[in-house]
Amino acid sequence: MDFFRNFPFISIVFSLFSAVVCSLLPGKAARIWTIAAEAILALLSAGTLLYTVILGESVTYRMGHFGAPWGNEIRFGMLEALTALVFALVLLLSVTGGARYVIRDVPPKKINLYYLLINLLGAALLALVYTNDIFTGYVFLEILTLTSGGILMIREIGRTTLAATRYMILNLLGSGLFLLGIILFYDVTGHLLMPDMHEALLELGKSGEYALPLSVTTGLVCGGLAIKSGLFPFHTWMPDTYGFATPTSSAILSGLVSKGYIFLLIKIMTRVIGLDNPILTVARNILFLFGLLGIVAGSVLAIRQNSVMRMISYSSAAQIGYIYMGIGLGGTAGFAAAIFHLLTHAVTKPLLFLSAASLMEVSGDSPVFHDLQGAAHRNRGAGFLFTVGAMSMIGIPIFAGFTSKLLFSLAAIGHLPFKTFSVLVILAVSTILNTLYFIRTMIRIYTSPEGKKEDRTPFGPQLSCVLSGSVMAAMNVILGLQSQPVLALIERGLALFS
Amino acid sequence: MRIVDRIRRWLSESPDLLEDAGGIGETRDLPREVMRREQHEADRFLSEGAKSFDRKKFRTVYGILAAASAAILIGVLLTAVAALPRYGVENERMDEVADYYIDHALEDTGAVNIVSGMILDYRAFDTLGESFVLFTALNCVLILLRRDEPGEEGEDDYYDLTHDNILRKAGLVMVPSVILFGFYVMLNGHLSPGGGFSGGAVVGAGLILTAAAFGNAVSARIVTEKTFRILSGTALGFYCLAKSYSFYTGANGIESVVPLGTPGSIFSAGLILPLDIAVGIVVSLTMYGIYRMFRKGSLT
Repeated sequence: MDFFRNFPFISIVFSLFSAVVCSLLPGKAARIWTIAAEAILALLSAGTLLYTVILGESVTYRMGHFGAPWGNEIRFGMLEALTALVFALVLLLSVTGGARYVIRDVPPKKINLYYLLINLLGAALLALVYTNDIFTGYVFLEILTLTSGGILMIREIGRTTLAATRYMILNLLGSGLFLLGIILFYDVTGHLLMPDMHEALLELGKSGEYALPLSVTTGLVCGGLAIKSGLFPFHTWMPDTYGFATPTSSAILSGLVSKGYIFLLIKIMTRVIGLDNPILTVARNILFLFGLLGIVAGSVLAIRQNSVMRMISYSSAAQIGYIYMGIGLGGTAGFAAAIFHLLTHAVTKPLLFLSAASLMEVSGDSPVFHDLQGAAHRNRGAGFLFTVGAMSMIGIPIFAGFTSKLLFSLAAIGHLPFKTFSVLVILAVSTILNTLYFIRTMIRIYTSPEGKKEDRTPFGPQLSCVLSGSVMAAMNVILGLQSQPVLALIERGLALFS
Repeated sequence: MRIVDRIRRWLSESPDLLEDAGGIGETRDLPREVMRREQHEADRFLSEGAKSFDRKKFRTVYGILAAASAAILIGVLLTAVAALPRYGVENERMDEVADYYIDHALEDTGAVNIVSGMILDYRAFDTLGESFVLFTALNCVLILLRRDEPGEEGEDDYYDLTHDNILRKAGLVMVPSVILFGFYVMLNGHLSPGGGFSGGAVVGAGLILTAAAFGNAVSARIVTEKTFRILSGTALGFYCLAKSYSFYTGANGIESVVPLGTPGSIFSAGLILPLDIAVGIVVSLTMYGIYRMFRKGSLT
């Protein structure tokens, strides 16, 4: 059993190694290797989760022969292991479910490069989840930025190149701010490992030294990561990025990449700065405000779209807003709600993107609502899965989306009246807006144009997409129905953070 | 009221409450010529709109706003930096890690060059990540620029310098010495300033010089596509495996079997020398590969 503590390190290095292997394999073999590698990652993460739950505490794992504060470390408790498990599963399901679209959209000789990037992306996500060292965080954040740009632009149509350019500009701005923040942090604290930085910051907080650089650096780190994860008003890259990338990439970019940045931000807030540190208050309030604005703006923009892909993309902008709202609320309840929603969105958005892609496929590859009419009859499986995803996004009970909205409203109670009130109102308004655009799509895909005879198929041209989608839908329902154990895990993990 | 009308229509027949909201409504049912004409009209309107759009005014406003926000950011950062600890002044908390490295690096890692000891032993996980950043960058360039279809290849001969006598003659002298010096920097990383990253950059520059002075055909004979893939794959794979061994033994408290050797001799400092070579190979091939992708779009 003690061997299980090596699993996080093995999963990161194995994923990097898989990328090297994929560079030497032809496309099809690279796909099979990648699917196997992601399955292994999921198993290793499940093992880690089991280990940490049995152990009941977090593990600090030394990367090499030198412990803190001289060497690199990774660290894992229940929360890290749970997040890694969900990330690995979603990555696996996106790759299996979207394999068909990769063959369609990616030039045949570059397919192995695509899967190479997927492996690197998986390694970077896991490293961001597990790292206990802020600079290791930056290194793998760079890998995540580059790989996400790569899996976007590999579909060689003009719009993806344009989208990738815009995506890179905003992302690099975020990386730059984040790096400046780390430099200032290091300059003041003299450490890069999170626990040592935290101790130094506590000392400085008592003596009141360097208050100004510390507030600036907090702003830089929060701002940088918020820009990278696409918080309003920096969501403008989303619709083109998610709308024109190959569906696998859209699923991974919206479901996982932005979540990796948010998880790192949560780690830095809780483990480095400390939740009760006064320098965090301003940053949290600003994030809260932009989170609220993002929810409304994203939903309103989503309503105005004529393309289902762009609609889902704008909906992502709104969901990022929810997560930042939870972070802004603060407290264990706020953070737990934010993390629960992070997991919910990570299993729901890829489901929506993949099922929408399947629906488009039976509608002449058109994302326009007019052409999607009756698509759910032409591919019943995908139509059903889209409905599941949409209902979860709206917040219908038994689906995970309902639980996260409930958690947000519970977390809002007990704050300043203004905060409580604004959260509740925004939640109500956004639920109505969500209903408006998702119900509209559901009605569209289930009503055939008058007098047209649909040729009905159970799952369209490809079974694998519907199968992977079903697993994601099942994960969604499990998160919705069994929210208490998951929430308990999140809360225990959060308690170990500080 | 339009909205009431719309809802009534939605309840009775239309499948979509917002059907005509975006203006695409029924265009799909129009005959092709009409659609094309409308598309043409729309394009014309857009391009004329772009012309009549007050570019000058927009640029002025945009410029002022951009300059203002940049000025604010510069101001904030300068104020923050001015309040940082003074450089060179002793400070126990902040110098703790640095002092430890200076005092113990030789004994812990066997490397005379402390920087190598830091990046390839104390903080080797970061460096592993950094090498993979290079690998990622290389593969993104391959995705963007590699031309796979036959006939697509075209040489960018505008800047072809192979007929430049000065460059060719200078290249004859410089290429061997540059590459040799690069290997020296790479192999002496644990003994003197240098290491895999800097040595690899020098070797990469030598390879690029070869390609520029003697033509792509010559450099493609030195580094064929197959060599390129196998070398970079082996170097990174070796890096992963070697570091996995040292992470695994380190974390589980197992004594590593790699000897540290006598500090100062060429075979010393444990894994640092082979890792430097691996990093050097990755860096030089990445530089060369990116250059070739920009010049020709292939390695042949």
